[in-house]
Amino acid sequence: MSTAIVYQPEQRLELPDGQRRLIALTIYLGFAALAVGVINGLAQALSYAHINIFQYYPGMNSYYQGLTVHGVFNAIIFTFAFANGFVTLTMARGLNRKVHSGLLIAAFGSLALGSLLAAFAMFSGRASVLYTFYAPLQAHWTFYLGLVLIVVSTWITSLNLFVTLRSWRREHRGERIPLLAFISVVTYVFWDISSLGIAVETVVFVLPWSLGLVATTDPLMDRTLFWFTGHPIVYFWLLPVYISWYAMIPKQVGGKLFSDSAVRAVFLMFLCIIPIGMHHQYMDPGISSKLKFATAILTFTVFLPSLLTAFSVMYALEIGGRKRGGTGLVGWFFALPWSDPSVAAQVLAMLVFLLGGITGLMNASYSMNIEIHNTTFVPGHFHLTVGTAVALSVMGIAYWLVPYLEHRKLWSRGLAQAQAWIYAAGVLIFARGMISGGLAGMPRRTAIALAPYSEPSWHLAGIITAVGGSLMVIGALLFFLDIGLTVVIGEREEPAEIPFTETIHAPATVGWEVSFDHLRYWIAIAFVLIVVMYGPFVATHIPLASVGVPFKRF
Amino acid sequence: MDRFEKIFFGISVVMLALFLCALFYASAAMHVHVQSSQEVISVKPGGNLAMAVLTTAPFNNPGVKQIGPHDYEVDIIAQAWTFYPSEIKLPAGANVEFKATSVDVTHGFLIPGTLINMMLIPGQVSITHYRFEHAGTYLLLCHEYCGRGHHTMFAKVEVQ
Repeated sequence: MSTAIVYQPEQRLELPDGQRRLIALTIYLGFAALAVGVINGLAQALSYAHINIFQYYPGMNSYYQGLTVHGVFNAIIFTFAFANGFVTLTMARGLNRKVHSGLLIAAFGSLALGSLLAAFAMFSGRASVLYTFYAPLQAHWTFYLGLVLIVVSTWITSLNLFVTLRSWRREHRGERIPLLAFISVVTYVFWDISSLGIAVETVVFVLPWSLGLVATTDPLMDRTLFWFTGHPIVYFWLLPVYISWYAMIPKQVGGKLFSDSAVRAVFLMFLCIIPIGMHHQYMDPGISSKLKFATAILTFTVFLPSLLTAFSVMYALEIGGRKRGGTGLVGWFFALPWSDPSVAAQVLAMLVFLLGGITGLMNASYSMNIEIHNTTFVPGHFHLTVGTAVALSVMGIAYWLVPYLEHRKLWSRGLAQAQAWIYAAGVLIFARGMISGGLAGMPRRTAIALAPYSEPSWHLAGIITAVGGSLMVIGALLFFLDIGLTVVIGEREEPAEIPFTETIHAPATVGWEVSFDHLRYWIAIAFVLIVVMYGPFVATHIPLASVGVPFKRF
Repeated sequence: MDRFEKIFFGISVVMLALFLCALFYASAAMHVHVQSSQEVISVKPGGNLAMAVLTTAPFNNPGVKQIGPHDYEVDIIAQAWTFYPSEIKLPAGANVEFKATSVDVTHGFLIPGTLINMMLIPGQVSITHYRFEHAGTYLLLCHEYCGRGHHTMFAKVEVQ
C-alpha cells in the first residue's frame, strides 16, 4: 500500500501550452466581465447620492438596465469564468496531470457563447429584469438561453474534473485524493447539485414561456427554484477563493496548513447543506413559518464551516507571521508579507469577510430579517462578501496567477498594493453607507436619484455610499490597468510554480476519515436534506399557480 | 481534530445556538412575526389575474375598514407602479391587519421605521399585523424591482 500524497515539491506541473492558454482566456473573459460590471456599478453608487449618470453610458436607457448588467456580469459571468479557469488549474496541479483539452474548449465555448447571448439581450434593452429575473418580468429568450449556456459551461468543467480524477484514480488505487484535487472537485460537485434549481426554472418554466410556448408561469415556484440555487451560488463564488486561502496563502506567507481533515470536512459541510435558499424568502407569502424557521436553523449550521475556515486560515497566517519574526498576541499579523500584493489583497479580503459574515448572520436571522429585507442593508452585506471577500481575493490571486499563465512579471507591485488598499477602504465606506441606509429603510434595487420620495436619514447614507463606491471603482480600475499591462508589456520571466502549501497533519490512510473521499455518501446526504427542506413546499404548492403573464415594461 | 480546533468548534456551536435562542425569543415573547400567509387568488381557466383579484374579496373593495373598536383591516392592491389606495388614514394605537396582493408582477411592501416588510407575489395574498404607536406620516414603498417606473411606486400612511 502506498502512502498518501500530500505534497510533491519535486514534481512541477507542466501544463501543455494549449491548456494554459485556454485557462488564461477563460479567466480573462471573467476579468473583462468584471470590468463591464464595475463600470456600470459607478452609476448605481452615485444614484444613492442623487447623482444621475447612467444616461451618459452608451446604450443605457434605464438605471435598471445598468443594474442588470452590473449583477449578471459581476455575479455570474465573472465568478463562473474565474471558477472554471482557476479550479481546472488547481485540479491539474493537485493531481499533477493535464486535463481534457476537448472539454476545456467546450467549456470555454459554452461560456463565451452564453455570455454573448445574455449580453446581447441586456445591452439591447430586452432583458432589464435584474440578476434575479423574477417572473413575470419577462426577458428576451436569448437572456435565459445565455444563462443556461453559462451554467452548462460549469457542468462541462465538472465533467473535466471528474474525467481527470478518474484517470488519476486508475493509476493510484487505494490512495487518498490529494487535498488540492479533493477541494477542487467537491466545489464543483456542490455546484452541480446547487445549480439544479435554476436549471429547472429556466429550462422547464421560464425559457418555454419566453418563447411563447406556454402563456403563463408560476411566480412563486420560479422564485423558489431561483433561490434554491441563489443561496448556494454564493458558496460557489466563495469556494474557489477558499481553495486559495487554504491551500495557497499559507505557502505565500511562509506558514503551513494545520489539518488536512479539517479542510476536507469544511468543503463536505458545504456539500451537505445545500437547501437553505428559503432564507431569501422569509418575507414571502405562501411559505409556512415552520419551513422558514427550519431554514433559519439550517442556515445557521452553514456558518460553522465558515467559522472553521476563519480558524484554519488565521492559524496558518499566524504560523507564517511568527516565522517571519512577529511576536505577541497580534504582532504576527503585522509581520505578514504585506509588501506582496497577492497576500495583502487576500488578507484584506479576509478581514472584510468577517464583517460580511456578521451581516450575513443578521440577514439569515429569521425575524431580524424584517428590518432589513430588500433594503440597501443587503447589497451592503454582499459587497463585503462576494464584492470583496471574493472579488478582492481574486484580484490578489491574479497577482501570481496572471504572471504564472503569461510567463511574465507583474507590471507593477506598487500599483497592485495601492489597488488592494484603495479597494478595501472603498468597500468599508460603501458598506457603511448602504448598511446604515438599509437600517433606515432605504430600498435596494431602486433608482433613489429619481424617486419622488425620500427620508431625511437616507441622505448621509447615500453620500457615504457614493464616496465608497467611487473608491471601489478606482481600486478596480487600477487592477485592470496593472493586469492589462502585465499581459501586454510585462517583462518575460521563467515559468513560475503555483504556490501550494504543505499540511502539518497528513491525511489519514486508515480509520473513518478515509470516508471523506467517498463522495457518494455525502451526495446522498445532500439529496436527503433537499427533499426534507423542499418537499413540503412542493407538496403543498402543487398544483402550480400559473398566473404570471409576460410583463415587459422595463 | 486538534484540541484548539475542538475548542473553537465548540465555541462556534454555542454562539450560534445562543443566536437561535434569541430569535426564538423574539418570535415567541416579543411577537415579532414573519408573515406566512397561505391565502391565494385563484384564477379560473381562461381568466386573468387582474380580473381575479378585482373580483375576489376583500380586494373587490380595497381600502381601510374598521372591524372592531380598535381593529382595522387595510386591503391594498399593488399594480405597476401604484398602490391602491395610495393614501391610508389610521388612528394611532389601533391594531391593523394589512392584506395586499399584486395584479401583475412581484412587488414589495415596506414601511420604513416599522416591522412591516413583505413581498407581494402574483397569485398570493400577503398579510401582516402592526400597531402604529406614534402619529405621523409614514412612507409605504415598493422595494422590489417591478419595471421602469419602480422608483415611483409609493403610498402614504397618515397616522393620527
